[in-house]
Amino acid sequence: MDSVIYMDNNATTRVADEVVQEMLPYLTEKYGNPSSMHTFGGQVGKKIAEARQRVATLLGCHPEEILFTSCGTESDNTAIKGTLASYPNKRKVVTTRVEHPAVLTTCRDLERHGYSISEIGVDRAGRLDLDELGFRLDDNTAIASVMWANNETGTIFPIDQIAEIVKGRGIVFHTDAVQAVGKIPLNLRESHIDLLSLAGHKLHAPKGVGVLYVRKGTRLSTFMHGGHQEGGKRGGTENVPGIIALGKACELAQQHLEEENTRVRALRDRLQKKILAGCPDCMINGDTRDRLPNTLNVSFEYIEGEAILLMLNKFGICASSGSACTSGALEPSHVLRAMGVPFTAAHGSIRFSLSRYNTQEEVDFVADKLPGVVHRLRELSPFVAT
Amino acid sequence: MWDYTQNVMDHFMNPRNVGFIEDADGVGEVGSLACGDALTLTFRLDGQGRIADVKFKTFGCASAVASSSVLTEMVRGMTLEEAAKITNQDIVSRLGGLPDQKMHCSVMGQEALEAAINDYYKRKKGMAPTQPRGNIVCTCFGVTDLEIKKVVHENDLTTVEEVTNYCKAGGGCGGCHGRIAELIEEVQGEKVRTEAEKKPIRPVRLTNIQKIQLVQQTINEQIRPALRADGGDIELIDVEGNTVLVALRGMCAQCRLAEFTMKDVVQARLREFVSDDLIVEEQKDTPGASEA
Ligand SMILES: Cc1ncc(COP(=O)(O)O)c(C=O)c1O
Ligand code: FES
Repeated sequence: MDSVIYMDNNATTRVADEVVQEMLPYLTEKYGNPSSMHTFGGQVGKKIAEARQRVATLLGCHPEEILFTSCGTESDNTAIKGTLASYPNKRKVVTTRVEHPAVLTTCRDLERHGYSISEIGVDRAGRLDLDELGFRLDDNTAIASVMWANNETGTIFPIDQIAEIVKGRGIVFHTDAVQAVGKIPLNLRESHIDLLSLAGHKLHAPKGVGVLYVRKGTRLSTFMHGGHQEGGKRGGTENVPGIIALGKACELAQQHLEEENTRVRALRDRLQKKILAGCPDCMINGDTRDRLPNTLNVSFEYIEGEAILLMLNKFGICASSGSACTSGALEPSHVLRAMGVPFTAAHGSIRFSLSRYNTQEEVDFVADKLPGVVHRLRELSPFVAT
Repeated sequence: MWDYTQNVMDHFMNPRNVGFIEDADGVGEVGSLACGDALTLTFRLDGQGRIADVKFKTFGCASAVASSSVLTEMVRGMTLEEAAKITNQDIVSRLGGLPDQKMHCSVMGQEALEAAINDYYKRKKGMAPTQPRGNIVCTCFGVTDLEIKKVVHENDLTTVEEVTNYCKAGGGCGGCHGRIAELIEEVQGEKVRTEAEKKPIRPVRLTNIQKIQLVQQTINEQIRPALRADGGDIELIDVEGNTVLVALRGMCAQCRLAEFTMKDVVQARLREFVSDDLIVEEQKDTPGASEA
């Protein structure tokens, strides 16, 4: 495909050129093992320490609180199962119905192993029911896991407030911040968050590297036994180039945070306005007041998401859908269903997620092509009179 | 991303016969907005009872649109009897294949066609073909036991997951998985049984006595009942080497197609059950045969 308009950044992002430059030497000449006793390996160890510091700076925490993992999913698994393992007398996890499968299927598997799981619901805009959350926390609860920002709708939860409620009950608090890091400002030093997950490939680092932030003093069982790497919490020789890349990506994210919340937000708003004006019978999913600056989830009634994506694909436009058909599942997105979005709209939902690499020309191109695609599919639809 | 064949993409991007025939002879509607796919099929017959015009409207993914589109091409010019014989597998083959998880799109096409044909009979002949719909097994997707048995039978499915791919049953809460497994067992069990009856395991080498016994057994069990049903009969006269000598009586003996019956039915059956190199000959000097 010659020209691609990439608006699927909540799925994964382009690796920044600066990041590639930073990691390249560690794929070629500087291949030492950071645990080695010679300077050849030692120089790599120093670079990892630098990366750890860069991540800590972005999150507003201490470098010792950063644990490198292989992906967001590993971080989520480690946080939840590692906490349960260190509180053997507590058998309950509180989470939400709109979590990413990395958390949700982990919890549902725990349920089969005798744990009890409470999933908190959301309202039509995807906002969490904080009263229900408070109500569900009890003495049996080992951990509460609530995502910072939703990957499908971009809805942001009031995480500091939630952390306060959970910590007030003496319960460990984990947040899946995979979609939040790099898109909105965060400062862990001033929060009550104990554990936080992030994934490199969502903020312009490559795939295969993630982070679990573990607040000092938090009890967490070793998840991967092995060598002394990562303070003995996670054995295994480090993904050196990945970690170095993530460090650089975090530094860049810090620099671009302002742009993300001004220019990228303006592009997203422009796209939203044009789509709403250009296509009849469509609506925005998610909390439009508290939403990631890059995410737009819109439902087109009477047509199906996969069909829309394939037609957009013909124009080189990359987006994603919460429709059942795209995943091979038979039911549409669990997030939209939890919000009570009618099935008619859930099947026709499309997510555009932008990044700092998108331009206004691209936004205008998409907004220009979309009405035609929607119109064509509606001509095919038995639910639209023509 | 789905690996769609070129044919699927072609029918999706350039769907044939989109629309709704206002004065249709038959209208079939299946699926719903809630399920994620739905199809309305309409057709009109010509003076000879052939499908002269057929149109569709589909809400769904690329494979749902492509299945509907290719189906309209397939049925145009067919009589309703011919069209009724189309299975979801025929649709899949015409498309050059569908991903496993998308098989239900082809089933939906077939069901819409069936519904449209039933609608025709209901309107024009004032009679609804008393097609039992069966009992709902999967409440999540409203799929009945008969529908499940049909896809299991026609596509030779053996697992619950496959059934879900073909007709969606079991794809929601999962509460119906046990019942689906039972239905698979029922259908596959019947199949195994009938196949065992139909196809006795053939010994690799037969002694002459064994061969004669097997020929006799096959004639008794497989051939004679069928001939008797048509008013005829068959008798084994002799077996010499690979030549089986039989006498045909009654209807068959007088029938001008006796040759044809001999060759095609008796020999084929004996070859299937006994040995591939058998030759069947008719003893002609039976009374009545010479008069022909
Ligand atoms: C909110 C959220 N959590 C977790 C993950 C999983 O991350 P990874 O694919 O790196 O394991 C994702 C990625 O899609 C996500 O969006
Ligand atoms: S009843 Fe069949 S999946 Fe729920």
